[in-house]
Amino acid sequence: MDRYEAVIGLEVHVELKTKTKLFCGCSTEFGQAPNTQVCPVCLGLPGSTGVLNKKAVELAARAGLALNCQINTDTWFDRKNYYYPDLPKGFQITQVFQPIAVQGYLDIKAEDRDKRVNINRVHIEEDPGKLVHASGSIMTSRASFVDYNRSGVPLVEIVSEPELRSGAEAKAYLEKLKAILEYTGVSDVKMEEGSLRCDANISVRPSGSAILGAKAEIKNMNSFRAVQRAIEYEVERQIEVLEEGDSVTQETRTWDESQGITMAMRSKEDVDYRCFIEQEIAPVELTADWVENMRATIPELPDARRRRLVDEHGLPDYDAGVITSSLSLAEFFEATLEKYEDAKKISNWIMGELLRLLNARGMELGESKVTPGGLASLLQLIDKGTISNKMGKKVFAVMFQEGREPQQIVKEKGLSQISDVDRLAEIIAEVIGKNPKPVADFQSGKEQAIGFLVGQVMKATKGQANPGAVNSMLRERLAK
Amino acid sequence: MDLHTLPVYRLSELMARKEVSSEEITRAHLECINRTEDRVKAMVTVTAEAALDQARAVDDRRAAGEELSSLAGVPMAIIDNICTMGVKTTCASHMLYNFIPPYDAEVVSRLKDTGAILMGKCNMDEFSIGPADEERGPQAPASRSDGGAAAVAAGEAAFVLGADTEGSLRQSAARCGVIGLKPTYGRVSRYGLISYASSLDQIGPLVRDMQDLALVLNAICGHDARDSTAAAVKVPDYRKCLINDVRGLKVGLPLEYLAHVEPQSAAVVRQAADRLAELGAICREVSMPHTAYALPAHYIISAAEASSNLARYDGVRYGFRVDDEDVQGMFSKSRGRGFGRAVKTRIMLGTYVLSAANYDDYYVKALKTRTLVQQDFERVFEKCDCLLAPTGSGIACCDPAADLSATCDVAANLAGLPSLSLPFGLVDGLPVGLQFMARHFDEEVLLRVGYTWQENTKHKNKP
Amino acid sequence: MQISGKDVGQLAFLSRLDLTADDLTICTKSLNEILGYLTVLEELDTGAVKPALHVRPIKNVLREDALQPGLEREQVLANGPEVEDGAFVVPRIV
Ligand SMILES: [Mg+2]
Ligand SMILES: [Zn+2]
Repeated sequence: MDRYEAVIGLEVHVELKTKTKLFCGCSTEFGQAPNTQVCPVCLGLPGSTGVLNKKAVELAARAGLALNCQINTDTWFDRKNYYYPDLPKGFQITQVFQPIAVQGYLDIKAEDRDKRVNINRVHIEEDPGKLVHASGSIMTSRASFVDYNRSGVPLVEIVSEPELRSGAEAKAYLEKLKAILEYTGVSDVKMEEGSLRCDANISVRPSGSAILGAKAEIKNMNSFRAVQRAIEYEVERQIEVLEEGDSVTQETRTWDESQGITMAMRSKEDVDYRCFIEQEIAPVELTADWVENMRATIPELPDARRRRLVDEHGLPDYDAGVITSSLSLAEFFEATLEKYEDAKKISNWIMGELLRLLNARGMELGESKVTPGGLASLLQLIDKGTISNKMGKKVFAVMFQEGREPQQIVKEKGLSQISDVDRLAEIIAEVIGKNPKPVADFQSGKEQAIGFLVGQVMKATKGQANPGAVNSMLRERLAK
Repeated sequence: MDLHTLPVYRLSELMARKEVSSEEITRAHLECINRTEDRVKAMVTVTAEAALDQARAVDDRRAAGEELSSLAGVPMAIIDNICTMGVKTTCASHMLYNFIPPYDAEVVSRLKDTGAILMGKCNMDEFSIGPADEERGPQAPASRSDGGAAAVAAGEAAFVLGADTEGSLRQSAARCGVIGLKPTYGRVSRYGLISYASSLDQIGPLVRDMQDLALVLNAICGHDARDSTAAAVKVPDYRKCLINDVRGLKVGLPLEYLAHVEPQSAAVVRQAADRLAELGAICREVSMPHTAYALPAHYIISAAEASSNLARYDGVRYGFRVDDEDVQGMFSKSRGRGFGRAVKTRIMLGTYVLSAANYDDYYVKALKTRTLVQQDFERVFEKCDCLLAPTGSGIACCDPAADLSATCDVAANLAGLPSLSLPFGLVDGLPVGLQFMARHFDEEVLLRVGYTWQENTKHKNKP
Repeated sequence: MQISGKDVGQLAFLSRLDLTADDLTICTKSLNEILGYLTVLEELDTGAVKPALHVRPIKNVLREDALQPGLEREQVLANGPEVEDGAFVVPRIV
């Protein structure tokens, strides 16, 4: 393996978080009936002309700034000409010659190493429409159906330099990119709705060589995990080709998730896109003032937030990394911290219960009902001894599902610990009476026997006693 | 009274005084269409019934005492590459033989708001590029490049909106003995004008009288939030620009233009300059050294933009389609049979000049030449208020080498300048046009010089 | 600069234009005439000249991110050569 080096560059298309399309006032809402969010402009009707969405420009500039890019003061749009039925005008309006942002970078950590990945460019472009196949399968459908609802949806394409060396690095890059775009409000970054898509350019070369090998472009990867797997597969495949003395074919390949392999696609694109300046859309001058105003609106980014959580709240770096990988998680954490001071305990609950439940149900944080205030109250109940840690988890699950206050749940379900000392004393007396042997064992010095007795008390109280209190009361009684 | 021969402003007066109704005027124009259309072939679609309905509606509003625009009740026609909602818009191409736009061009909705009556759509070259192939299907009209000007000249409509990418509007005005103005690029919204070459196309009026020109400009000029190129530059009341006085006006005669046309055309321009000088204008010769390169640069740029603008005609969403099992095959067959040869040639030329291997030598070279042509204008407009040149004949529009006079017209498109063609009269039995060009957004000076010319030459130059 | 029928065939492919044999002959002739004419530009020294990127210097024509009504679906599909289930139908894309 070390005889070869993989050279990987990623092209990531990200949908900008605008209400309307790039050049017209049609809605960008996901999941509507086909061809219901369309006007003469995005349908490419003869005679229609568009006007650029200011918000899209600002979000793209914001992405560029957050990725440490230089913003091009003078930026404009170009046409990329090719024929495809989802492309209503026969060209895509994009930025070829003067992208809005260039020469940025992103810091990642993968396989325990820190790495700076350079970003070649960030440019704005319009999405084409969508091809749908009636029977759901491209192989059995008699025809293809074209829906232009997506046509004209604003995207930024973020192109990395070919500096990634493994699937794991690629995945780390995507995770970091996703977090930054989420933090800056540039995009919803929902891969399942297509608001983040990734193509990978992959080649391999003998280690130490400076010459780039023929590359394959891999498409159709629907998760970060898929990107990693596809890259790992493709790198292996290309090495095998070279090992056998053949050469790699420059081509576009598609990732087949179910088989876990990449396959060559029939090429559908013209090689010469005949790009030239779009005359129907005005160029944009990003004045220094405008750029500085946009820079001022960029919130604290994941790396800075991570450092702050470590420095100010004493969180372990690992915890801080997990929590800041998503804006919503980080905000949840800090909001909880305003009402409850033990940062490590909060992070334990977020990384433990909260993420466990989210992952198990495939949900986003926003879809759960638990609130930072709720979590803070729950932790206080545990600290006061009203409920045990174990009970807390049960209460948390209810909060997650139903969103009620923990006190209310505890009361309704009768989960609170028995803190009435007299009642507890009665039960303890009963347990001691019924278990002479363990009592004798303990009294003769067998320390472990106390555990059995505590367990019996807990059982008798249906778990509603505070185990610490039971333990000390038992010891007190047996010492007499 | 031959209502169909009267200028817009006269019709407007007669209706205001309730001497005639819009319905009568509209009928007079429809009768003219019935009488002459077989010979003139100026129209591809006539919307007779709708026109009469609109006319009666205007008459009702007038009867109800409503204050109406000067264009209310006046018959107009629109060239067939400007979209009209619910009315077929074909660009005189088989490719769009059945296309019915679901929206109005901005200029069309502005004119409808004035109450002007839509008589129908005017004939043109296929996509403004060249004549349609003769052998093609019955749906394709026999194209006529100057349908708009012919319709105005024949009395089929009181005014027409045409389009000008390479001088065709001005050339056809000159050939038909009417007035044609290509306004400044950005003065009139292009929303709804079917693009041929986006950086060169401009909508403009064809009229019989300078007063009419002012009325139509007042209706169509100004910013449009749907067209990025429609400038937010203040629009004057053009009626106030109709000043019969050119004293002190500095008129430039570009020598290179005169060198590009037949000697008799050059003689006409000098004669016109002499007449303007008599009226007090200061005429002087100027040099515009890059004139000869305007036409080749225009050829490259228009072909490049056309190849891209015409890519949308693929048989998926509208227009003509030939079925095939393969989608790319469907594209090629539909386009191969839907477009005429002149259009196909232009598209391929555009593909050629834009392809990676030729891009710098052709496309970039043309853009640089465009800069030089623009600089020529900037330089002369430091000393002149307007330029006087011949209007090209535009007859050999598909063979640039054979029609160098087209050079006189395309430079204004390359520079985005306003340009007015006025009928000079007949020379050797053929109508000849005078062309005046001005600075960006200075249509005012063109109205002034045009009106002065009209008022002082009227009696002499009736063809 | 002369181009051959084969070159024109390639241009026709890139432009998605099926040409008949007659078309090919006539278009090749026209294209060569035009390209011949365009050589006049070669005599012009444009080395230091900036290309005119737009006809007039326009910039920052922007719209707010506000919804505008679009077309009804019937209008969208009305001109479609083949439509079904609210969509435009094209040959199956493999
Ligand atoms: Mg892209
Ligand atoms: Zn739209």
